[in-house]
Amino acid sequence: MVVLKGYGMLRHSRTIMRTAHGRIIQRASKYRIVHDVDLYRMFRIENATQPDVRVFRTESARDGITMNSRGLRSQLKDSVPVAGLCPQGAYGIQDCLRSGFSSVKNELLPSHPLELSEKNFQPNKDKMNFSTLRNIQGLHAPLKLQMEYRAARQIQRLPFLPSSNLALDTLRGNDESIGFEDILCDPAQSEMMGEPHLMVEYNLGLL
Amino acid sequence: MALSNVLHAPAAGFNFDHAARNAELEGLFDAQIPKPVKTGTTIAGVVFKDGVVLGADTRATSSEIVADKMCSKIHYIAPNIYCCGAGTAADTEKTTELLSSNLTIFSLNSGRNPRVVMAVNILQEMLYRYHGQIGASLILGGVDCTGNHLYTVGPYGSVNTMPYLAMGSGDLAALGILEDGYKPDLELDKAKELVRAAIHAGVMNDLASGNNIDICVLTREGVDHIRPYQVSQYKDKRKTKYKYGAGTTAVLTEKVVPVKLEVVEETVQRMDTA
Repeated sequence: MVVLKGYGMLRHSRTIMRTAHGRIIQRASKYRIVHDVDLYRMFRIENATQPDVRVFRTESARDGITMNSRGLRSQLKDSVPVAGLCPQGAYGIQDCLRSGFSSVKNELLPSHPLELSEKNFQPNKDKMNFSTLRNIQGLHAPLKLQMEYRAARQIQRLPFLPSSNLALDTLRGNDESIGFEDILCDPAQSEMMGEPHLMVEYNLGLL
Repeated sequence: MALSNVLHAPAAGFNFDHAARNAELEGLFDAQIPKPVKTGTTIAGVVFKDGVVLGADTRATSSEIVADKMCSKIHYIAPNIYCCGAGTAADTEKTTELLSSNLTIFSLNSGRNPRVVMAVNILQEMLYRYHGQIGASLILGGVDCTGNHLYTVGPYGSVNTMPYLAMGSGDLAALGILEDGYKPDLELDKAKELVRAAIHAGVMNDLASGNNIDICVLTREGVDHIRPYQVSQYKDKRKTKYKYGAGTTAVLTEKVVPVKLEVVEETVQRMDTA
């Protein structure tokens, strides 16, 4: 449930990833990222018929990050992936200068225990609130609220300018509280800006 | 489709881009990595008849070195709520500042003084969200319309409420004194003396606690923040200024050579004064 305006329904599927030795590191088939909120899918009850995802970390010669992989499947499913939704660099490949060398391990598995839970904090909170609301008041309540969220999300400035998302924050109740996301890494104070003409063309689909 | 120069701004909040790199570097620079400043500490609180007394020592350590001899561990949260913080110094500072800001927004919006349970709930949600990565153990005390309250919040988000509490590395020493001397409905003087004795036990028996003792008394009438309540008996006689007065060094000889200046070039520029 991630926000990118003007994209409509974008689907992106990942296939099975294999290591150089042919061992399957993670089976992530049928893994879809839906950019608009898929209401029906969110509210139906899902059976656990997909095979369990087992995560292996091969210990290299130097000790890498040891992590407890128990809760990982629930965090990886239906959520923003570790590498972000789109590759960060030019031409769709990862930018080595900004984000280091890429490897399958780095793209699939989080490098910090909090990385996934922080990336998905807002979507998870919304999902939990909406499902509670649905159980208490019926389907109409979350549907109406989702409609308002969709409308509020569309209030943005030009594509290369940061937006305060005031309406969306007010709807969520975030306008009355201060957290680390207001202090650290504030997008309004980021030092990089997209190239205006390219960003506008990208948004309009002309690129 | 080749896309160049399309920017995706990083999300707000904590950035984990370097976590993998830092984990790789961990084994390499063991001796040179600076340790975070901890307030390895003794903090205690006691509920008495008219309110709450909070106490803390004033030492901040960075592994074996005393980083700050007069650090303030009793933080302001609201006019009627104060908080003692143990753990990583920066974490306790920022967490209590965030909590204070949130409660200020609430009281401006609603026109009421915040309740202590509100502060505890906000802290608990925030600390649980970060699963103990924020190393802050806090003792919150306050007086509100429902009475006098004392709570402790652990770094993983656990909450405890008792009439007397101690946290930090010296908490066992302090708890011994508190268990022995606590009675319900103490008077103000007895309560202050009990907290002072508890912190003093922590100061004497724990290496990471020391220097002065601060006390904060919260009652319905107001707050009395006494810093320091008891000054450490081990004071060092270091001067803070090392400027020597004129005449400290004897002058042996003096030779004055005038410097002759010649005029090499002279230009006159007229100013337009209108």
